Amino acid sequence: MTIERQQVLQLYTTNSSFASNVVAWAFHDGSDGEGPGVPDRGSAAPYVTGLDALRDGWRLLQMSQLLPPREGEEHHVSYLPFEFMLERMVEVTQVVAPNGENDRGVH
Amino acid sequence: MADVKLLNTLDMARFVADGYLRFDAVVPDEINRGVLEELSALLGKPSDDPAEFQPRSGTPLSECYPQDSALRRVYELPEIAGAIRSLAGSDPTFDHHAIHFNPAGSPRIQDLHCDAAIDSFDPTFDIQLFYFPHDVGEGEGGTRFVPGSHIRNIHENSVARYQHINGEKFFAGPAGTVLIFHQGMWHAGQANPSDKTRWMFKLRLNPTEPQVRLWDTSDYDEVARGSWDHMFATTAEGDTVANRLRKMQAWSFDGEYRIETMERVRLWRYLSDDPDFDVDWYRTRIEGRAALVDGVDA
Repeated sequence: MTIERQQVLQLYTTNSSFASNVVAWAFHDGSDGEGPGVPDRGSAAPYVTGLDALRDGWRLLQMSQLLPPREGEEHHVSYLPFEFMLERMVEVTQVVAPNGENDRGVH
Repeated sequence: MADVKLLNTLDMARFVADGYLRFDAVVPDEINRGVLEELSALLGKPSDDPAEFQPRSGTPLSECYPQDSALRRVYELPEIAGAIRSLAGSDPTFDHHAIHFNPAGSPRIQDLHCDAAIDSFDPTFDIQLFYFPHDVGEGEGGTRFVPGSHIRNIHENSVARYQHINGEKFFAGPAGTVLIFHQGMWHAGQANPSDKTRWMFKLRLNPTEPQVRLWDTSDYDEVARGSWDHMFATTAEGDTVANRLRKMQAWSFDGEYRIETMERVRLWRYLSDDPDFDVDWYRTRIEGRAALVDGVDA
């Protein structure tokens, strides 16, 4: 039988537009390698823009808010401000052993 | 102090823009071999054993490590002693050291982090020397670091979510290479997929005097132009401080590039004691306006 697992992709872009270029990223795979990975573009980000990820089947969950800087911190920099969280649900095989247990801890 | 080779003004500008300087194969092989023996002997020992190789925090660097030790000889090399003096003064104090030992095939990997709590907004900084006493090949898991990240005010491994960043580097280089990082540099130890044990020795130093014009400033007036150096008006050509401070890192972006430049200028003003220095007029513009409302309830 198959079950669903979530994959999460975090993208950080050059400005607040989801269509701007990706400068940093992270991939978390709830399928533990059984589902598809992200495109391998060497050291470059898997997608040129956030929009490219949508076109590859990812769903946008959340984008960072645009918050004005606090007074006195207008000219400081900190975390990467333009963050987009995406997800993709993938099907994985659930192997059930004769004793009813399975290798993913699902009952 | 013995012979030292101070940094020049453009070296300092590179440090301000990138957050690090790199000295390839600066330590001779004979010293590298001696250091590996000393580090092997220290591995697994209590933090005060032997005391002469395990300085206490606050000890002047000049009093750290035995006179004839290989470790001491590393920090007395003219290039390294000169860089330390240029960045942190004539006798900074020992903060701590760390022996990074990663056996062949080890999957151990650190999260991206910087070695600090949230620091104060003042521009003073510690330096950290990352010394690699043996060759580290491409893909062998040398330290990951993110050039230009040092001016971002973050807390330790709160940046761990950034698994990949454009332009990040993974150290690879010949034996005896030393990287000198600004304290704020984001970095992370990597797994060791090679068949060789990997060593790295880290030393953190605290400045004990203002980090102002401690380098060889004989080139200063030639390469550090006035605040008129403005990319939308009159821009100085060639290799200048302003042009180095304009560097856009591969992971940087239009959304914050100008603020990054302003932060570099803030650091440069501290280092150079040149309050009028600017790049592209960003600080000069707002400072001029601020004077208009002095004493006005705006």
